[in-house]
Amino acid sequence: MKLMTCPINGPRAISEFAYGGEVRSMPDPQATGDAHWADYVFNRNSLPIVKAEWWCHTPSGVWFIAERDTATDTIRRTSLYPVWAQQREALS
Amino acid sequence: MSRLPHVKGERIDRDTPVQFTFEGRRQQGYRGDTVSSALLAGGARILGRSFKYHRPRGLLSAAGHDVNALMQVRREGGSVPNVRADVVQVEADWDINAVNTRGGLAHDRLSILNRLAPFLPVGFYYKAFHGKRWFPRWERMFRTLTGLGEVDLRATRRTTPKRYDFCDVLVIGAGPSGLAAALAAADQGASVLLVDENPSAGGSGLYARGGSARLADQTRELITKVASHARIRLLTSTYAAGYYADHWVSLVAPEYLVKVRARSVIVAQGAYEQPAVFRGNDLPGVMLASAAQRMLYHYAVATAHRVVVLTSNAEGYAAALDALAHGVQVAAVLDLRPEPGRDSTIRAAELVSTGILIHYGARPIEAVAGADGGVARLLFESASGAAPGRHTVDVDGVWMSVGFAPANALLHQAGARMSYERSTEQFVPQMLPPGIYACGKVNGVYSLAERVADGRNAGACAAGGIGFGAEKARRATVPARECPTHPYPVFRHPLGKEFVDFDEDLQLRDLENACQEGFDSSELLKRFSTVGMGPSQGKHSNMNALRILASVRGEPIERLGPTTARPMFHPVPLSHLAGRGFTPERRTPLDSEHESLGAVWMPASNWRRPEYYAIAGKSRESAIADEVRAVRTRVGLIDVGTLGKIEVHGPHAAQFLERLYTTRFANLKVGMTRYGLMLDEAGVIVDDGVVGRLGEQTFYFTTTTGNSGTLFREFGRLATWWDLPVGLVNLTGHYAAFNLAGPAARAVLHENTDLDLSDEAFPYLGVRQAQVAGAPCRIMRVGFVGELGYEVHVPFQHAAAVWRALLASGSRFQIQPFGVEAQRMLRLEKGHITVGQDTDGITNALEVGMPWAIKMDKPFFVGQRSLQVLEKQSRRQALVGFNIPSSVHEPRPKECHLVLDGSEIAGRVTSVGWSPTLGRCIGLALVAPQVASRKRLRIRIDRGAEVDAEVIQPPFYDPHGERQRVRGLL
Repeated sequence: MKLMTCPINGPRAISEFAYGGEVRSMPDPQATGDAHWADYVFNRNSLPIVKAEWWCHTPSGVWFIAERDTATDTIRRTSLYPVWAQQREALS
Repeated sequence: MSRLPHVKGERIDRDTPVQFTFEGRRQQGYRGDTVSSALLAGGARILGRSFKYHRPRGLLSAAGHDVNALMQVRREGGSVPNVRADVVQVEADWDINAVNTRGGLAHDRLSILNRLAPFLPVGFYYKAFHGKRWFPRWERMFRTLTGLGEVDLRATRRTTPKRYDFCDVLVIGAGPSGLAAALAAADQGASVLLVDENPSAGGSGLYARGGSARLADQTRELITKVASHARIRLLTSTYAAGYYADHWVSLVAPEYLVKVRARSVIVAQGAYEQPAVFRGNDLPGVMLASAAQRMLYHYAVATAHRVVVLTSNAEGYAAALDALAHGVQVAAVLDLRPEPGRDSTIRAAELVSTGILIHYGARPIEAVAGADGGVARLLFESASGAAPGRHTVDVDGVWMSVGFAPANALLHQAGARMSYERSTEQFVPQMLPPGIYACGKVNGVYSLAERVADGRNAGACAAGGIGFGAEKARRATVPARECPTHPYPVFRHPLGKEFVDFDEDLQLRDLENACQEGFDSSELLKRFSTVGMGPSQGKHSNMNALRILASVRGEPIERLGPTTARPMFHPVPLSHLAGRGFTPERRTPLDSEHESLGAVWMPASNWRRPEYYAIAGKSRESAIADEVRAVRTRVGLIDVGTLGKIEVHGPHAAQFLERLYTTRFANLKVGMTRYGLMLDEAGVIVDDGVVGRLGEQTFYFTTTTGNSGTLFREFGRLATWWDLPVGLVNLTGHYAAFNLAGPAARAVLHENTDLDLSDEAFPYLGVRQAQVAGAPCRIMRVGFVGELGYEVHVPFQHAAAVWRALLASGSRFQIQPFGVEAQRMLRLEKGHITVGQDTDGITNALEVGMPWAIKMDKPFFVGQRSLQVLEKQSRRQALVGFNIPSSVHEPRPKECHLVLDGSEIAGRVTSVGWSPTLGRCIGLALVAPQVASRKRLRIRIDRGAEVDAEVIQPPFYDPHGERQRVRGLL
């Protein structure tokens, strides 16, 4: 069974985690056209790349971000959302 | 075929004889004997019948892969199927029979199939038995003819525990290289778990001796060191069945399963000796040399009096020396090679000096059976050596030592890449994933000294890689001095019966024919011919099949590659895999109350809830109808504790709920509740519930039964994403909840609380915190079933007391506990939708007729933007009410019956029932918009009948909601 490292609880078996979808930024609902909004709601890219994903350590309820290579199913890094968001901002 | 005097290291206890029965005859062995070794010691040669042709078969590997020697064992507690005779230790009073025979092993009536073999070519069943009409007949015939042991349904139920274990380094295989690896890793400080499938450690170090004690002594030295090492745990009789992600390995012990998490894994599983393919190679008495050696050294059993050793490596010469050392005559050594290899030369000289004939460039022609069905003669020819030419030699044993196939299934599962090594004619790991190591024969290393050195290095690297000692690079393996494996030990005979796969009775020509039919890749060949698909999973057939395939295609073997290796690498008893379900059934704190009231249970998500309360002499329908009437006319009580119950607090709580629900909460007064509808981003309804404001910054709300867990989790994610720091508490298990409803609800509650229940003090849709029957409760005045009603939320420990107090106070109104069925009818009469019942995964909020619940003018809520898009489009469907004036006995629609528009399907019924209150059938249906605007609906019901329904706007009952506000009975 795969292991995943919760930023709070450390490495735990994957059965303790729930997937919450890819991290995607929501476009401003009022400033976005219908087509663009529909694209946001319904379309996902399935590229084999490193993706940021929401994961929850279910026994403790900790939500965090896992950067996972979807081609090899390897988890590169996990971090709490504010930390991850800050780093992303610093990068951009 | 006879027991030898004491052999050093034998596993048997000669002081403890074991009596048992085989095929109806008394037999004797010793404690420690396997079924096979005890039978062979008693002179037997035939142990079973083959799967397809029912040919007699004997010992082959003695290593757990003798698939033709599976036994049905009757013993105390029941009968056990498919016991592997070659490795399972026999116990006193076992009554053993070979599986898959008709009329016993000696006179199997199905051996007629052996003569029909020419008419049963590879894949015959694909071609002959597919006709639709006759298939059931063929199926019955094959089900009777095939199959192995029989499951005894009366056998004592056995539970196999699942255990969990952890270690730094897991070493799989305790032969010389595995022992050395374990020692090296442990010496550097790592905790080591060493597992071996055999009852004791040592591997081939204890039986492939070449007539000398040196090899075994060195191996024993390693075993002693391992046994006394504080950081090494040794598990014997345990095999590693599968490798899973992140070094998670399943270990199968006789009585239990262990799931072990290692930080590093060393695979030292060795190699399976491979048979030569020639006519009669399956006769009892023809076996792998290693099987004969295991019998000699583990069980002190000589498997023959006079043998021919068929070899192409140094190991075969060693086996011949082992035979001599124990008084087994060696009629000849047949070396397939033109001359002996470098390591064989000395042993060859030793053999020649004792007068043994060695033939070079030899090829076996045919093994011939004697009267008992076992081998009696071997025909062969040789090119050089003792006497070139064609020979016949009388023997009762043929020992084959022509090569090995690495036991690398776990390495494959771990993601290793293999390459074919010409110097050893085997696949060796070329690239191993991080933390995975291979050593010994599986790594292409064969001499004892090299195996120990390879193991030691692997152990040191594995430990170093995880921080025990210095990190080291794997050393390169030393090239073999002599190739242990023949590149093509396959010898055609015009009459066939050269077996490649003993599990499935596949001959050389079967594989060739399969290739000719176009199944000429390793994966296709496997599936068409079933080679390697038997219980031994190709451990003795895959490599030869691959060599044959390469030869047919005229390509080098490395171009083909082996078939995919998947867990489990060795068959695991289902009892080891079966276990308790990990989905517990949830019960509310009132479960035993319902039980004593005669509840009939139904599942609701992972809970059990009373469907209704049974009354002797009353039908289900009339019991439910009575419950409905009681609520409408007097008072009823229902357990709604399965609802999700969630508290949210903090300065941002109101804003959080505003974003979550379509409803407005910012202006909700403290002490009041409001209905909430929750959507996903596409505007689809996902949940609904009642939200109460307990304080400026504290809200308490309910979710539907099935959704509470996942929704609570999602709330946490949304709060994180939206950066709204709110406190979320899941009180679902903490609070019991029941709904007291009916005209007498106020009177009943009043008797149990000091709270002012007047409309002024506690209006409709209010929420209060008060003592009820002495317990601190939260009370919501809601219109759940459309009557005057109170939903009482009670801490679980007080639940039963409060429930009983309310029932006691209600007795003067003949209070009626009611179940889910009555609740659904009561809510249907009010036109209340049930999320998940009247909506599905694509029903959006605009389609269910609740515009009052959707506040499009709010700045934001989940799904709002999608609703703005949907508002501009025409509706895809609409939820409508319908009613059919009919008596209770007339056929009526059921849920999911289709609504028709002409001959087209135009929707479906979502909720329906016969309303005892209204005396007619009512229901809801999700239908196409053009149908929704009509006055009548046509619904197809059971048996193709159609009924006509009148479309009406719900609620069906009390359309203005006056009943919820009545003063009620006092």
